[in-house]
This record gives sequence, structure tokens and C-alpha cells, in this order.
Amino acid sequence: MSRPGTVLVLGTGQAGFQVAASLREEGFDGRVVLVGDEPGLPYQRPPLSKAYLTGKADANAVRLRPDKFFAEHRLELRAGERAARIDRAGRRVALASGEAIPYDHLVLALGARNRALPVPGAGLDGVAQLRTLGDAEALRGRLDAARQAVVVGAGFIGLEFAAVAAARGVAVTVVEAADRPMARSLSPAMSAFFRGAHERQDVRFVFGATVVRVLGGEGGGLATGVETADGRRFPADLVLVGIGVVPNAELAAEAGLAVADGIAVDEHLATDDPAISAIGDCARHPCRFAAAGTGPTRIESVQNAVDQARCVAARIAGRPAPYGAVPWFWSDQGALKLQIAGLATPHERAVVRGDPAGGAFSVFCFREGRLVGVESVNRPLDHVLARKLLANGIGLAPEQAADPRFDLKAHASVPRAA
Amino acid sequence: MPNIVFVHPDGAREELEIAEGTSLMQGATAQGIDGIVAECGGNCMCATCHVYVEPSQLALLPAMSEEEDALLDGTASERQPNSRLSCQISVTPALDGLLVNLPERQV
Ligand SMILES: Cc1cc2nc3c(=O)[nH]c(=O)nc-3n(C[C@H](O)[C@H](O)[C@H](O)COP(=O)(O)OP(=O)(O)OC[C@H]3O[C@@H](n4cnc5c(N)ncnc54)[C@H](O)[C@@H]3O)c2cc1C
Ligand code: FES
Repeated sequence: MSRPGTVLVLGTGQAGFQVAASLREEGFDGRVVLVGDEPGLPYQRPPLSKAYLTGKADANAVRLRPDKFFAEHRLELRAGERAARIDRAGRRVALASGEAIPYDHLVLALGARNRALPVPGAGLDGVAQLRTLGDAEALRGRLDAARQAVVVGAGFIGLEFAAVAAARGVAVTVVEAADRPMARSLSPAMSAFFRGAHERQDVRFVFGATVVRVLGGEGGGLATGVETADGRRFPADLVLVGIGVVPNAELAAEAGLAVADGIAVDEHLATDDPAISAIGDCARHPCRFAAAGTGPTRIESVQNAVDQARCVAARIAGRPAPYGAVPWFWSDQGALKLQIAGLATPHERAVVRGDPAGGAFSVFCFREGRLVGVESVNRPLDHVLARKLLANGIGLAPEQAADPRFDLKAHASVPRAA
Repeated sequence: MPNIVFVHPDGAREELEIAEGTSLMQGATAQGIDGIVAECGGNCMCATCHVYVEPSQLALLPAMSEEEDALLDGTASERQPNSRLSCQISVTPALDGLLVNLPERQV
């Protein structure tokens, strides 16, 4: 669709904002309408579990752009409005308010919501989650008064929160069903390093444990702790639940689009209706970096949201190209910054480059003999070079990665072999 | 507040007042400037906040970290000796009058 028309974007998170901004950068001259159910200007989520939680950043600092930007670029922002139904035949979307907005192209950037803890007591006061600015604001208040916290789930967000809470003197226990932190995404070596680092900050881990109940609530009171399947009880005045997300795919499913833990899209990020694209946390795409046979992939990261947004904006502006950006991600946990390039899960071989004992190293992960992902702490150059290797399909042998004398930088600048 | 001059690739100048302690990137994007993308929000991960600093003023800036140096190798517009990442430059009174050129592209 190269002629101007109306592009309607549902969801005003990282992906929704970016597709609108990129449409203008690409010279798209039609109408751009952004509908999002959160109040206010679009903002970034990463600081919510980092600088915002520690008080280093305020609500203004997490905003992506000021009001003026939307006006200058003629982006019609409809904040605080919920999309209720997609009428594909009529090419319009009904809002919860009753209004209908017509579109020529619809971009679904609906994100994901936190998975609820499916146990009794999960709704008690004192049980918190962290996805939105509203959640973060509430959590920041609670943190001021908290003395003992239980974090359910040792994923990125849970551990970022744990580090912030522990640094403020809160006694933190992390309860996790797997046998190591960030098991879904990280190599055992990097996972073990982060476990040690958190433990040195007095974060306590309980692995292989499933929470079956949140305790407390007698007489309408607060949560007082959690109980695990083996009957152990962990007291807390604050319970943070970080057990993953559920993609917001219902609108698409109700409109008859293919959905399977995310909205299904092709390599151009189009759904099975060519007038509708889906991007970011809500979309599942054929990813050239995923393991063969694992099927389409849903990635939750700023990089994925932003690069997918650009890909769709370029297509709408008349310059289609398949999506193929290298995935990258970071997580700040206390004083440590983890950087990840590629998709390392699953891998059968992992080699270490650098010095884990000194806290500066990378884990290079190989699947079927090919480099598929690199995890780094305090080795920023490894991370940058890993992105280059992966983007250009430059081969690397595990022995080369492990050899400290091997010049990775020179290797990464070698032009791609034909 | 220190005054910072941003020069767009077409020569257009934009003067912005940026509070001390705020990064150049943060101050500029909060005022809606075009030409700085900053998709990682100042985390030294994306290199889309690249600027060219007026060479005679380079010495006023804080030294470059290993992280910034590494990332600058991956900018969309070519790295020059006066390339910096604007998210890594915290504004101080000494930077009043700083002039930075925005690159042709950030992605
Ligand atoms: C606390 C936290 C920390 C994170 N840290 C990092 C990090 O360090 N690095 C990193 O790379 N990534 C991080 N992420 C992940 C990253 O923020 C997400 O991947 C990214 O925000 C996805 O963008 P999105 O636009 O797809 O979804 P979202 O940002 O979730 O935006 C979707 C929007 O759509 C709205 N919406 C949903 N349904 C409707 C409807 N029917 N009508 C209208 N609006 C609707 C939602 O309310 C939401 O505002 C973090 C996430 C969280 C929550
Ligand atoms: S904003 Fe991403 S590196 Fe500066």
C-alpha cells in the first residue's frame, strides 16, 4: 500500500510508538492514528524495573517523546482508549467507547500482559506485578515500606526487582520452579554466575519449588508470605510475581486471524489478512535465528519491538523487505549488566571467553556447530562483535571463541564468505 | 541551564536548554528533536543516539567508556574521531554552548 491512507495502530507501547514514528521517517504522508488503553504518552518499560524503581528516573524520564513530537508529526494519539473489535470486512476497529475508526492498514502492537499466579490468595493486597508505569508506581510505594519480599519466578524482571529491593535492605527470597535462574534464556554458566552475584548481595534462592498459595488475608489483611508445594512457608510483606507473560492476541483471534501463543505473521510480519500486520511482544514470526524445527518465535524485547516496527513501516511506505534483524537484549541486575546477542536456546556447546572469576566474560553458544548466541558481562566488545558475526553469518569455531589470543574484531570485519 | 546547539544534516540549527545531570540524549529526545532515535533509552546498547561533537570542544567531554567505544563501531553513519553516543554525555555547566552535529542516519 504505497498510496496514502489511514494506518491505524493498536497499542502504544514500544512497538506501536515506533511504527508511527518510522512511518513518518519513511515519508508516509497519510493519516496515522494510535490507540492505546494506557493513559498518557507512550513510555519505555525497561526502566520500570531499573532506574524508575530506584527513583533515579521519574515518569517524565521514561516517556519516549513529548506531546510536541506527536503534533509535529501528525500522529493522532488516542490514549486511554481500548480497542474492542476488529471489523475486517468493513476495515474498521470499534473502540470500547463505541466509536469506530476506519483503516487502510491495521498494525497490531498489543504487547503482552503478565501471567497471573494461579493459586489461592494471589489477589491479596501485597501481591504485586510489574508491567506498566502504574504497576511500577504502586510497587515503588510498597517498596518503601517492605522489609521482606518474596519474588515468584527467577526471570529477568523478577531478578532486576530482587536486586533493587536487596540494595534497599529488603530481605529477598526468590522462589523458582526450575533449578537455576533465567533457565529459559540463559546458558548454565551465565546463569550460575548471576546466581552467585545475587547471593553475594544477600538474595536467597529457593529452586525446584512451586508456590501453591499466598498466605495471609485474614480479616481483609495483607499477604504475609507464600507456601510451596512441599509445605514450606516463606514470610513476606511484599510478593512480586514474575512468571512470564501472555500475549494480547484475543482481538486478533476474535477477528478470525491465526493465533497460537501470539498472533501468527509471515516473514514480512503480515497476518493472514494482508491489510493487518502484527509486531512486538504480541506477534509470532518465522525467525531465522531460531532453532530449526521450533516453529515461529515470539520475542519479548525492545530490539524486537523496534526493528519489527521499522520493517512494517517500510513495507507500508512501499519498501517491503523480509524481517531478519539479529535479536539482542540486556538486563541490569544490581551493578551487573547482562548483554545477549542471538537466540542461544537450545545449544549443545558453550565456551567461555574471558574471566568469570574476575566478573568479565562471555559465553559463546553453539548449536549444530554454529554460533547461535553470545551472553556477556563486562565484555561489551564481545557483544557488539557477536551481533556482527550473527548478522553477517560469519562462522566461528568454539576453539576460536575460547582462545583469548584469537582476534575476534578482525574476524568479525572479514567480509561474509560467499 | 546549559545551552546545547544541535545541527541537523541539512544545516538547520536547534538550540536546546538541557538541565545539568541530564544526558544530551535524554534532554534532546524529551524536547522532541528529530535525528536522535535512542531506541535503548540510554543503555549503551543501540548506537542510535550517535552525534559528532565539534572537534574543538571534544576535550570538554567525559572520557569514553569501553562500552561506548565498542558500540560506536556499529553506528549507521560512519564513525569519526569526534563520534560520541549522546546518551553517555551528562550535561554540566562546562558544556554550555556545546555544538553537536547530527549524523545523516541513525539506523
Ligand atoms: C519491567 C520490564 C522490564 C523490561 N526490561 C527490558 C530490558 O531491559 N530490555 C529489553 O530489551 N526489554 C525489556 N522489557 C521488554 C520490553 O519492554 C517489551 O518487549 C516491549 O515493551 C514490547 O513492546 P510492545 O509494544 O510489543 O508491547 P507493550 O510495550 O506491552 O505495548 C502494548 C500496549 O498495547 C496496549 N493494549 C493491549 N490491548 C489493547 C487494546 N485492546 N486496546 C488498546 N491498547 C491495548 C497495552 O496496554 C500496552 O500499552 C521489559 C519489560 C518489562 C515489563
Ligand atoms: S540511546 Fe541507545 S546507545 Fe545511546
